Amino acid sequence: MSENMLHDTSILRLENITMQFGGVVAVDNLSMEVRPGEIVALIGPNGAGKTTAFNMITGVYEPTNGQISFEGSPVVRNHPRGKISKMYAGQNADLYKNKETLSPSVDRLTALGMARTFQNIRLFKSRTVFENVLIAKHLRRTRGFFSAVFRLNRDEEASWREESLSLLETTGLSAVKDENAVSLPYGLQRRLEIARALATRPRLLLLDEPAAGMNPQETDSLTAFIARIRREFGVSILLIEHHMNLVMDISDRIYVLDFGRMIATGEPREIQNNRRVIDAYLGVEEN
Amino acid sequence: MAFFRKHIKTIVPILVLYALVVVLDLIPGVPMMLLTVLKKGAIYSLVAVSMNLLNGFTGLFSLGQAGFMLLGAYTYASLNISSGLKPIVYQYYTPLFRFSITEVLSGVAGSAGAVLGIVLSLVIAGLVAAFFAYLIALPVLKLRGDYLAIATLGFAEIIRALIQLEALAPVTNGSQLLRGFPYFRGLFAPFLISGVCIFLIVLIINSTYGRAFIAIRDDEIAAEAMGINLAYHKRLSFVISSFFAGISGAMLAMYQTSVQANTFKSAMTYEILLIVVIGGIGSVSGSCIGSFLFIAMSEWWLRFLDNSAYNIPGIPLLRPGFRMVVFSVLIMIMVLFFRRGIMGDREFSLSFFSKKTRGEGGRSDSRRETDE
Ligand SMILES: Nc1ncnc2c1ncn2[C@@H]1O[C@H](COP(=O)(O)OP(=O)(O)OP(=O)(O)O)[C@@H](O)[C@H]1O
Ligand SMILES: [Mg+2]
Repeated sequence: MSENMLHDTSILRLENITMQFGGVVAVDNLSMEVRPGEIVALIGPNGAGKTTAFNMITGVYEPTNGQISFEGSPVVRNHPRGKISKMYAGQNADLYKNKETLSPSVDRLTALGMARTFQNIRLFKSRTVFENVLIAKHLRRTRGFFSAVFRLNRDEEASWREESLSLLETTGLSAVKDENAVSLPYGLQRRLEIARALATRPRLLLLDEPAAGMNPQETDSLTAFIARIRREFGVSILLIEHHMNLVMDISDRIYVLDFGRMIATGEPREIQNNRRVIDAYLGVEEN
Repeated sequence: MAFFRKHIKTIVPILVLYALVVVLDLIPGVPMMLLTVLKKGAIYSLVAVSMNLLNGFTGLFSLGQAGFMLLGAYTYASLNISSGLKPIVYQYYTPLFRFSITEVLSGVAGSAGAVLGIVLSLVIAGLVAAFFAYLIALPVLKLRGDYLAIATLGFAEIIRALIQLEALAPVTNGSQLLRGFPYFRGLFAPFLISGVCIFLIVLIINSTYGRAFIAIRDDEIAAEAMGINLAYHKRLSFVISSFFAGISGAMLAMYQTSVQANTFKSAMTYEILLIVVIGGIGSVSGSCIGSFLFIAMSEWWLRFLDNSAYNIPGIPLLRPGFRMVVFSVLIMIMVLFFRRGIMGDREFSLSFFSKKTRGEGGRSDSRRETDE
């Protein structure tokens, strides 16, 4: 295991990740990885546990069991403890028993270099497009409170503003930069969420259904947009999506979840023809 | 200079206001009531803005303001009672502080020393309030919404009870009042102190930390996902807000020339909350305008309602106490029909009167409404 970790070149690695809410096992023994520069898709029917997986990766939920590593070092680790340990319905309960538990806060994980968007858009609703992006620079501050208040951080502020403007330029939002964020059309709001996430300077970008609610044309343009982001920002991308055209077009690899379990993984071509995947999407009962 | 040119439409009205204050200080025969309203209004402006920083800009519904004002008032008073008056003030107790900061410093440096002493005491008053805020922040800020309000309200009430304990009497004089410390003579001092403090708060709001506070208010989950440490920033906002509440408490002591725990009941916090709501949640200038209007209404403009001599013959409506009835009705109308307050979340400036800004304001109004 430790040898494996030493040679771990993946940017994100999940090992035996399980999330149990009361009696419900929302994610069951999930292991997966994202390698540098990859676009990886996480797909599955409604309620399969995709967003729950995102929430564990980004620190919103503490997994019941398992370990998550970012750029080779473990950042999240847990084993069934307390009340849940008696009713634990997942697997590998003992694997991490004697290891230190790690549960950093969401902002710490963002600072490490991952950033996400939300399935239900969450923009700062009283702020302009520009300010939404600028706020995401706050975590990269190098000066303290007093220099910020008395404007002794002018150079830092200036470079943030410049970077934010150029980010809006590359994401095609500069024309609307002074508009209120939530007054934008839906597609642009999704794009702004991506721009805001990029402003934190992540190396891993997590997109939760970026094409939700989009028509085919918008989806096509988003597909090109995501591909361009990977090129221009050098980020690896993990995305959840129901639009199969988008997924098959840009993913290097795909993981398929159903009822919290991974039922298939592989390249788009393999997944398209996978019997279990087709059954899961058509709703065939498993025995 | 660039700063001055950029904000000229805000700076000019402020300078005009301060010039007026200086003039009112110099000319004789200004109505007593006007002076009272202006002095008290200046002090309430500061505490309202400090509450707005926390409730309006950071989105934390806290009701501890009176408690932190009380801490500031007692700190300022106990450190500044003239040593000659101590035996009379602390009738039943031996005072812990045998000196008065202002007296000590004016002994060293004359009137400059006295000014320095008052400024220093105000800062200490703020720091004491901030220190208590820091202590309770950790458990209290974990609570959400109404629970936070209840906990902070409880804290303020507990502080008010504790401060009257016999054990603390060498500092607080038990349930007797504290007096004999330097107080405001003119209008200029309270306006200057409040002005400087509010300017500092505006600097904070417009800094990257202020943007982080607003982000937390707008969407806590998104803010955290963007790398903003929630616990740290909430605590920071809470401590800053309490610091300035402490200073305004000290100023209230200076205005009233005496300090007693019963001044700082939760009714006072509700008054400040009303001012914030009337002025506009998320508007600094709104809180200031709200303060002066509120104080003017409650202390001055509606006074005639209490005087039965003004009754129309045959309709004995006006009598002592009727003022508060009308006042409450006005507040209710205000809160029911102008839910976003006088200013909404905009700021006052001269361009406020030009068409363009008003148009934008109107649009943001309708946006908010559909949002809710
Ligand atoms: N906080 C929670 N408490 C209890 N159950 C939860 C919680 N969060 C998610 N679940 C449950 O976990 C399961 C997986 O939900 P999740 O949101 O991860 O699905 P999803 O794959 O993202 O689905 P969709 O495609 O609809 O977004 C669901 O049954 C959901 O009800
Ligand atoms: Mg989901």
